Amino acid sequence: MQIIIITTLVIAVIGIVVGAGLVFTGKKFHVDVDERESAVRECLPGNNCGACGYAGCDALAAAIAAGNASVNACPVGGAPVAQKIGEIMGQSAEAVEGKVAFVRCKGSCDVTHNQGNYVGMDCRSAVLAGLNVTDCTYGCLGFGSCAAVCPQDAIRVVDGVAMVVRKKCVGCGLCVKACPRGLIELVPASKRVIVQCSNKDRGPQVKKVCSAGCIGCMLCTRQCESDAIHVSNNLASIQYENCTQCGKCAEKCPVKVITPPPGV
Amino acid sequence: MKSLILIIITGALINNVVLNQFLGICSFLGVSKQMKASASLGGAVIFVITIASAVASLLYDYVLAPLGMDFMKTIVFILVIAALVQIVEMFLKKTSPGVYKALGIYLPLITTNCAVLGVALTNVQDGYNFIESVFSGFGTAVGFTLAIVLLASIRSRIREEDIPAPLRGAPIVLISAALMSIAFMGFSGLSF
Repeated sequence: MQIIIITTLVIAVIGIVVGAGLVFTGKKFHVDVDERESAVRECLPGNNCGACGYAGCDALAAAIAAGNASVNACPVGGAPVAQKIGEIMGQSAEAVEGKVAFVRCKGSCDVTHNQGNYVGMDCRSAVLAGLNVTDCTYGCLGFGSCAAVCPQDAIRVVDGVAMVVRKKCVGCGLCVKACPRGLIELVPASKRVIVQCSNKDRGPQVKKVCSAGCIGCMLCTRQCESDAIHVSNNLASIQYENCTQCGKCAEKCPVKVITPPPGV
Repeated sequence: MKSLILIIITGALINNVVLNQFLGICSFLGVSKQMKASASLGGAVIFVITIASAVASLLYDYVLAPLGMDFMKTIVFILVIAALVQIVEMFLKKTSPGVYKALGIYLPLITTNCAVLGVALTNVQDGYNFIESVFSGFGTAVGFTLAIVLLASIRSRIREEDIPAPLRGAPIVLISAALMSIAFMGFSGLSF
């Protein structure tokens, strides 16, 4: 009986001493941090997964407070967390809109011609070897290097073209770096009207290699009421900040290359 | 003096904490992706285990053993080591931000590492006194650092090799770790 009492007392004393020690050191060695940093840290999920590219939630909070990372840098927290952090950092909801990846190529097997059937390649080695899988020298190679790096399993190669499943995409941008042809861009998640081609050749040449490619006919620019779509280098591109998503350009496009993205 | 050197060599090589006693496997496999990170973790582990063995030894010799509370040592050690690491972390953050930057993020990871607790308990089991405990802790931590840095360098080589598809990722790391463990068994033949 005596040993139980002694044990309880000793453990309690150790606990109190240790707790007091922690409180004392916490006060004594308190480091003043940016108020916003701790507020941002509160909003983050706190599982230190490192998906943002920083060492942990603390490191990301410090980077956001210092302005080195965007308020939506946490892919786990998503929009709700970005919203809260945006309030702390005094940025509007517009700025915290998430982005998703988009593959700017529509050259599936039925609209362009496959030059050969290659097995066991990845996109980068195909580019290094100078292979054109399809006739188009700008289009998707379809080996899925982007799909291989995607941590969310959000990219599928369907019919020779990579496509992003928007629901799964967190906008981390790893695929953007992985694509040797630079086909993938991050677009604001709410935008549906996107030019799905990267071919900078002139119209007749595009026609030869792909029936779905942008021919640079400028019809879309004339349709646009908000001056959001322009043709440069024989390729239409949309300025997302001006675009109102009216879809008139997509209606008028003769090759139907301006589309709502697939896999929505 | 000779016995202290012997304790360090025993801790680092013959009874290597990871490869021979299979403690602290989690961070051994988890943080060995990059050489720099694993070296930083190794530094933090040396720091924490040395301090933890010192404190645990004092606590056992002057509080637990005299009161006959031998059976509570696991719980007391967990409590004290966890708090100790927190205090050390706060102390470092204030006094030397440079060291904190290098080791800081790994300190909380080590708080509950079973290697730290394992060393404290083994010291008591082996009947080491204060000095011997500190040296044993230091040796063991050096052994951990050695193992994790070796694995990190093996993994950096693995990345450039053409590994058969089913073995890519975790399996080849486990196989490498197992081969390292077999290699370290060779040290058990050392005698003085």
